[in-house]
Amino acid sequence: MLRLERRPQPSRVWVWATPVLAVCLTMIAGGILFAILGKDPVAAIRMIFWDPLFSQQFAAFSRPQLLVKAGPLILIAVGLAIGFRAGIWNIGAEGQYIIGALCAAAVALAFFPSGPADVRLFGTVLFSFDAAPSRWWLFPLTIVAGAAGGFLWAMIPAILKTRFNTNEILVSLLLVYVAEKLLAAASVGWLRNPQGAGFPGSRNLSQFPAVANPEILPGTGMHWGVAIAFVAVIFGYVLLHRHMLGFHVQLAGQAPRAARFAGVAPARLVVFCLGISGLLAGLAGMFEVTGPARMITIDFNVGYGFTAIIVAFLGRLHPVGIVLAGLLMALTYIGGELAQFMLGLPSAAIQVFQGMLLFFLLALDMLSNYRIRLAYREAA
Amino acid sequence: MTTPLLAIEGLTKAYPGVIANEEVSFVIGEGEIHALLGENGAGKSTLVKTIYGLIRPDTGQMQWRAAPYAPTAPHEARATGVAMVFQHFSLFDAMDVAENVALGMDDPPPIRQLAARIRQVSTDYGLPLDPGRLVGDLSAGERQRVEIIRCLLQNPQLLIMDEPTSVLTPQEVDILFQTLRKLRAEGRSILYISHKLDEIRALCETATILRRGKVVASCDPREKTSRQLAEMMVGTALTAPQRVGRDPGAVLLQVDGLSLRAPSAFGTSLKDIALTVRAGEILGIGGVAGNGQDELLAALAGELRAPHHVIRVQDQPVGRFGPNTRRALGLLCAPEERLGHAAAPDMSLTENALLTGAWREKLVWQVFIDWKRARNFAESIIARFDVRTPGPHVAARALSGGNLQKFVIGREIMQRPQVLVVNQPTWGVDAAAAAAIRQALMDLAQGGAAVVVISQDLDELLEVADSFCALNAGRLSAPRPVPGLTMEQVGLMLGGAGDMEVAHVAT
Repeated sequence: MLRLERRPQPSRVWVWATPVLAVCLTMIAGGILFAILGKDPVAAIRMIFWDPLFSQQFAAFSRPQLLVKAGPLILIAVGLAIGFRAGIWNIGAEGQYIIGALCAAAVALAFFPSGPADVRLFGTVLFSFDAAPSRWWLFPLTIVAGAAGGFLWAMIPAILKTRFNTNEILVSLLLVYVAEKLLAAASVGWLRNPQGAGFPGSRNLSQFPAVANPEILPGTGMHWGVAIAFVAVIFGYVLLHRHMLGFHVQLAGQAPRAARFAGVAPARLVVFCLGISGLLAGLAGMFEVTGPARMITIDFNVGYGFTAIIVAFLGRLHPVGIVLAGLLMALTYIGGELAQFMLGLPSAAIQVFQGMLLFFLLALDMLSNYRIRLAYREAA
Repeated sequence: MTTPLLAIEGLTKAYPGVIANEEVSFVIGEGEIHALLGENGAGKSTLVKTIYGLIRPDTGQMQWRAAPYAPTAPHEARATGVAMVFQHFSLFDAMDVAENVALGMDDPPPIRQLAARIRQVSTDYGLPLDPGRLVGDLSAGERQRVEIIRCLLQNPQLLIMDEPTSVLTPQEVDILFQTLRKLRAEGRSILYISHKLDEIRALCETATILRRGKVVASCDPREKTSRQLAEMMVGTALTAPQRVGRDPGAVLLQVDGLSLRAPSAFGTSLKDIALTVRAGEILGIGGVAGNGQDELLAALAGELRAPHHVIRVQDQPVGRFGPNTRRALGLLCAPEERLGHAAAPDMSLTENALLTGAWREKLVWQVFIDWKRARNFAESIIARFDVRTPGPHVAARALSGGNLQKFVIGREIMQRPQVLVVNQPTWGVDAAAAAAIRQALMDLAQGGAAVVVISQDLDELLEVADSFCALNAGRLSAPRPVPGLTMEQVGLMLGGAGDMEVAHVAT
């Protein structure tokens, strides 16, 4: 029978082999799922993983989408990975992403060149601006607003945890739904396009060059958010592997008592980890709303904040791994849409498919700490 | 003579490198409270776990009312009539008392019925307890009552209690003793494990004393003094080595009136601790585990903060400083728990060298880690302290206990501390490594550092220390010079036979 034997120290080979194995198992299990749904499994898997990049029919459109989707995933996942290494579980990046986008959009719309320059809340004018559409500092200001929005939204679970010892997993997760309500309220209320004939949704920010976040290199999908994501990867790598704070983050995650002995203040670490992940999620929201999404809408968020959790684990909480995992998960988004479109797969099937990946990954992670031995049952 | 309830004959249990029980034989009669005495590591836990079916002995046998008794699992022991109250409770805070009791039973009745029985038993035995209360709201004493009632519901003939009073207030101890006497009056037997000699003399009529896994004596504790019991426990064969008195230097570490509330429910509060350690001096602090050793180390290391002037290093108040500021001032510590406290188990030795050595050894430039220097530091610890490991890239948990201990102590000593505090420096370490660690501590003191050694190993303390105090229930006795200190005096200081006697000897 099979027996698990604890390894004296974690296997480096398996730490990186498990994601690959998990992807393979997900393809198999996903194929079975698609077959049960009455679709050709090989075609579906091919549609998800191969066609977006290499099919002549779709690649021209879907290749640039890869970076568009991977950018926010990587940006959010790098922040999450820092917290996860410290054992601080920010599950609410989706909410921080939404609030970041809302704050950024609010600032951008306050300066929108045409129409009233009032920012209203529940019908009352909060503040008014002289529209000054071409100021150079507008885009940086929007970035700051997005980062601050995500940061402050993440401070809610951080402060509740340090003050009242609440569970940051629950608080951050539930705040996602609060953020979604705020998003809905904004798109039908105070951020609604005054010239939008009453339809929900804000003005189109791509029509406002001072704050727009277009493709830097046309046809690649590369926008400022993607560039910042790669900067964040480098920042994350330096922090985790070269900086004393990163060492303390990992120490706190692995051995909390040893971390206290090393002089780590747990409360400060909670604030830092939730803050940095919220900030990056807010940034992702900012670049999304000013870039690919163009505007605030009720369904602005598409689950990047949740998928980034999978990306962080699939990438072994390592910034470089996160880049690879982010690209892979972006592929499942694009391929999934393609499969929905071409094969009529339900969208839930694609979510199940992404969830399976995390499931297999976490299950297989056991292999890095244990080895499986074939053994006869020992007489007790 | 009547048939004893439980007869134990020649039990031996060996683990790699240590014999936990060797040819242990004794009998427990019907309706007696039998004390099992011994220092930490004397083999008491192994013995009771054997009786409770958690451990199977290598050789030897047990008889229950003259019938062979060899439980292979606790449920067999319970079916025979043995129940055990563990030192650490296994209760769920979020569930109420009745639910917790039901969880521990092999065949629980419906919860309403069970609650009624709990109420019945709790009034019968004078253990007030409401079955509907959440365990999370209960005091340590009340939690213990839950465990005891859980045992009593099985109607046991033999109740094993492991250190039951270690977490209780004096009032709770009184209630517990009344209950135990009532159980005895009903003809049940109790095997009572404790270090507290006064309690044993007040409660028990028979005592079996273990030392290094062997039964060294049996007696009626009521006829002995605490002093005699302590003598039997620690063994009179031990003699303090001759020490040459060193010239005392300047005071390097001074603690005045350190009182701290226990950080957790199972912790011990520190009460008005005062100590002074001079350059070149080694202060030995003895005491049974759980009397505040961990808390004292945490308070000195800076994990627990104290009023600023209460702790002073070279006359510099440090009470409010965190661990790293204290390290910068020369106060270094090595906690008892190697894996998880002194070292991170899954991190490499290089990373673990960085854990405390970062600033003092300049392994960090500004805020960036110099991995090369960190690795060199780890390598130099490995070389100087003979740590047997393939290299500094190995995870701490892959090292044997002794080797990791050498690394942990070495890491602090290599940083040339002015004051070093170590807790259980040679716990679980083989003889050669233990000797090396003790030598390193003595060399450090010889070099002009002040050293505090907290240990349960009396031999060790008498070997290395210049002065000795005992930590008992969070209180530290007055220090006494080790030269001329006899084992009896040490035993009395440790056993909590009262500070009065110690003070009397001191004058």
